[in-house]
Amino acid sequence: MLKTRIIPCLDVAEGRTVKGVNFVDLIDAGDPVEQAIAYNAAGADELCFLDIKATHENRGTMFDLATRTAEQCFMPLTIGGGVRKPDDVRDLLLAGADKVSFNSAAVADPDVIARSADRFGSQCIVCAIDAKTIGTDADGAPNKWGIFTHGGRKAALDKDGNLIDAVAFAKLIAAKGAGEILLTSMDRDGTRAGFNLKMTRAIADAVNVPVIASGGVGNLDHLVEGVTEGHASAVLAASIFHFGDYTIQEAKEHMAAAGIPMRLN
Amino acid sequence: MLTALVDYDSGNLHSAQKAFERMARETNAGDVVVTSDPEVVAKADRIVLPGDGAFPACKAHLFDHTGLFEAIETQVTQNARPFMGICIGMQMMASTGHEYTQTAGFDWIGGDVVHIDPKDKALKVPHMGWNDLVIDNPHPVLDGITTGEHAYFVHSYHVRVTDTAHRLAHVDYAGDITAIIGRDNMIGCQFHPEKSQAAGLRIIANFLSWAP
Repeated sequence: MLKTRIIPCLDVAEGRTVKGVNFVDLIDAGDPVEQAIAYNAAGADELCFLDIKATHENRGTMFDLATRTAEQCFMPLTIGGGVRKPDDVRDLLLAGADKVSFNSAAVADPDVIARSADRFGSQCIVCAIDAKTIGTDADGAPNKWGIFTHGGRKAALDKDGNLIDAVAFAKLIAAKGAGEILLTSMDRDGTRAGFNLKMTRAIADAVNVPVIASGGVGNLDHLVEGVTEGHASAVLAASIFHFGDYTIQEAKEHMAAAGIPMRLN
Repeated sequence: MLTALVDYDSGNLHSAQKAFERMARETNAGDVVVTSDPEVVAKADRIVLPGDGAFPACKAHLFDHTGLFEAIETQVTQNARPFMGICIGMQMMASTGHEYTQTAGFDWIGGDVVHIDPKDKALKVPHMGWNDLVIDNPHPVLDGITTGEHAYFVHSYHVRVTDTAHRLAHVDYAGDITAIIGRDNMIGCQFHPEKSQAAGLRIIANFLSWAP
């Protein structure tokens, strides 16, 4: 049986791990390669590096991190941040990434996903979606989510000036060949209030590719909810692991006890 | 001893290279080279064919290199050198691929490469993540690997072998998915041993000492 994945995410800026609250107020949290090695030993199912200040000058730093990590961690590594074109995918794959994540560039031009998937295969093309609640139904429950780009600073608008709907966009990029969607709730990111479950479920149920739930994990029950209520195939978290609140094994055992198939050995 | 990892511009060789180098060092299995040179393949003692992406594109890339497939085929089918295919490299060992269009494989192991079609329609395709192996037929390359061991998969197609004796392991995904195939001096892994942590490194080490 396929197991639900736990993915520790390292937000990287200038070669160091940082973790922001609502995408700002960065706190230094250490050396990414050392952390990757520790997570590999701890039985993490995948690793994710997000270059949150992906400027041109920082690219070399990210390649170096990817290379050093891939030499020591024989597990899947996804890298995102500042990925704009198929050649960027190639450079990161050659440096040691197994999957590469698009974000802003895919919103600006969804065909970049198709061009990249055609060249490298869907299995290594992830599309990260950062979304925020923008609409509610008559009872006040959230039922519409809009996309933001550039680390959450910029609302993504369609040609008519409307916020791009996250569910429709997820379907579009899955059809273009994205092999996986990394869905971050900007309402929840860094708040430790739990995933945006309604949004996660709306998107996970709308596409036939795996959805990784991200943004807002504060305790182990949140990880469980992401799967049972959010229908996510994988859960991503940063702070709860980096700062030692919980170990990967504790998280896996907690999820397994809740009836979710996990890789425990 | 020389192990050749065949580079034909298809997918990510870096992690495979690092994993084979690490295990070759630990088991004194000689050198590992990444090559697209038929002459190097012709001298290799072991051959590894990785590959990511779509079957037709991978096959076309392989055949873009003049003489490369012929060198591999001579080594594997005539000189009986141990061979490992990984992911698409494994799928190409079969008779026919059905991704996008019908494409002939190497036809080393009878079978078709078909789309994954789980009986539970809520299950996602690609089949992506860790799944536990069920060993169908014991094999020296699986020494120390028991049913229940996890491996990392990411694929939308899999091999349906004609002769069940050639299926060495499978996983369950609301139906069987072929995980390992093999016969004689050749073996193929649908999963990525180079990304499967300790179990994957064990399989690589076993392959490097395999004397079929």
